[in-house]
Amino acid sequence: MNKAMNKPVLAVGPFHPLQEEMEYFQLTVDGEIVTDIDVRISYNHRGIEKISETLQFDQVPYLVSRVCGICSASHPLAYINAVEEIAGVTAPERAQYIRVIINELERIHSHLLWVGLGGHFIGYDTVFMWAWKYREPVLDLLEAITGNRNNYGNVCVGGCREDIPDEMIPKILKELDTIEKKTEMLTKAVLDDPVLHARLKGVGILTKEAAVKYAVTGPTARGSGIAIDVRHDDPYAAYGDLDWKVISQPEGDVFAKAVVRLLEIFESIKMIREALKKLPKGPIAVEVKQIPPGEGCGHAEAPRGETFHYVRSDGGNRPIRHKIRAPSYVNVPSFKASCIGQNISDVTLTLASVDPCYSCTERVAVVDSHHNIINDYEALLQMSRDKTARLKKEIGAPELKMEES
Amino acid sequence: MSWKMWSLKKSIWVFHVNTGACNNCDIEIVNCLTPKYDIERFGIKLVGSPRHADALLVTGVVTLQALPRLLEVYRQTAKPCVVFPIGACACDTGIFYNGYHVAGPVDKIIREEDPNAIIAYVPGCPPKPEAMISGVMKALSAI
Repeated sequence: MNKAMNKPVLAVGPFHPLQEEMEYFQLTVDGEIVTDIDVRISYNHRGIEKISETLQFDQVPYLVSRVCGICSASHPLAYINAVEEIAGVTAPERAQYIRVIINELERIHSHLLWVGLGGHFIGYDTVFMWAWKYREPVLDLLEAITGNRNNYGNVCVGGCREDIPDEMIPKILKELDTIEKKTEMLTKAVLDDPVLHARLKGVGILTKEAAVKYAVTGPTARGSGIAIDVRHDDPYAAYGDLDWKVISQPEGDVFAKAVVRLLEIFESIKMIREALKKLPKGPIAVEVKQIPPGEGCGHAEAPRGETFHYVRSDGGNRPIRHKIRAPSYVNVPSFKASCIGQNISDVTLTLASVDPCYSCTERVAVVDSHHNIINDYEALLQMSRDKTARLKKEIGAPELKMEES
Repeated sequence: MSWKMWSLKKSIWVFHVNTGACNNCDIEIVNCLTPKYDIERFGIKLVGSPRHADALLVTGVVTLQALPRLLEVYRQTAKPCVVFPIGACACDTGIFYNGYHVAGPVDKIIREEDPNAIIAYVPGCPPKPEAMISGVMKALSAI
């Protein structure tokens, strides 16, 4: 018997739908402190790369938009970037701007979703309800433009499938004003709250060195002071023409990641406004007759980080190799740096802070082998909420009645 | 109608099983809880354990690794229960029909375990929250 078997083990999963994988975390705990973490994947493995080889080039975007439902604009865009590199075509300018608008709307709804779930995990269900309520207008906009609330399927090789009609632009701008006002209110409420400061600051710190070592991307890296962003470093679509800045925070804790995401929402709104103002006239797609033999790489900045697609063509009508690297695949191993030494009640939040998916904490069981106590997700959530309540008392915040879970 | 079936139709509590979905259906299920849709006004509630549930919301194509876990969850659910395959993948495997790691559609798998299972389909990719509410309501008025 090895030594680790005798230690209490906290099992998170296995139902944890990430981009391509469901995950199972095994946390070894010593009392309340996490001492080790182990990750197992492939529960959600659907063989997308192999299925992609059976589909034609223009059918694959519909498949890769189902790699992850929340990144369903970034994955097809990264794939299209790769195929357009092989074919040597450039989409018309109008299509490039439409791609930016769809991608930024996706980022807004994804970040609001994360803020809501982050609030839910620490027992602030008001934040959850607010954030998800303000997310609805974004989904309505996406539905008005592409025809679906998620899985937009709006890109095709050589351009876009759906245009943004001119008469819709004032409506979008009006909605953006509402979203901006509400998000501003939410941001102030979240960032000025002393309890949230006490609860999120210094929790799950991923230092800059560790972030470099684990090669994390997206808001996880930007929250650790590494200002990398594909949109800025290697502009695709129309990002090079727009005026915006990369948000980064040096602290590396959960609070920094929340700040990065909240402030990015405003940058996205700014970008959409500018893109709508600059939206050039003209066609939205060019016809691509043939994909020549060759290979191409495409990447795009998904809400969670860089998504990378590699496509190889032999001149036929199907890709002969399609490789996908989703952002969470590199972000997840960083738990090894951010979770060890943490309190169990902070782990749900730390795991959630890289935004792998909310469902990771759907099925949590704490197995204490010494005392044979089995706690489930509810108990773990309660621990997290109790800590918030305790901190509230210390700060002297007014007593709020928390919802019974 | 037995009293068990009669009581099943009141305030249905649901348990959410993800067996290999892309998150869209899952997000839309959680969306049903939020202020715009608010399914709790119909007495529908998401619960944390299959033992408390009257219905299973199964999302996603069933991968080989998730298959034994889905069956385990189904066995743990108190009978009679309704199984709702949510979304195109769960209803008939959708775009993943020829995947090598795909065990098959949810209804086939559940029927092999229990031939008398009550199954109600909510198609769509992803189904809108309105469609889910309507699907659950229609199924409950049919049984």
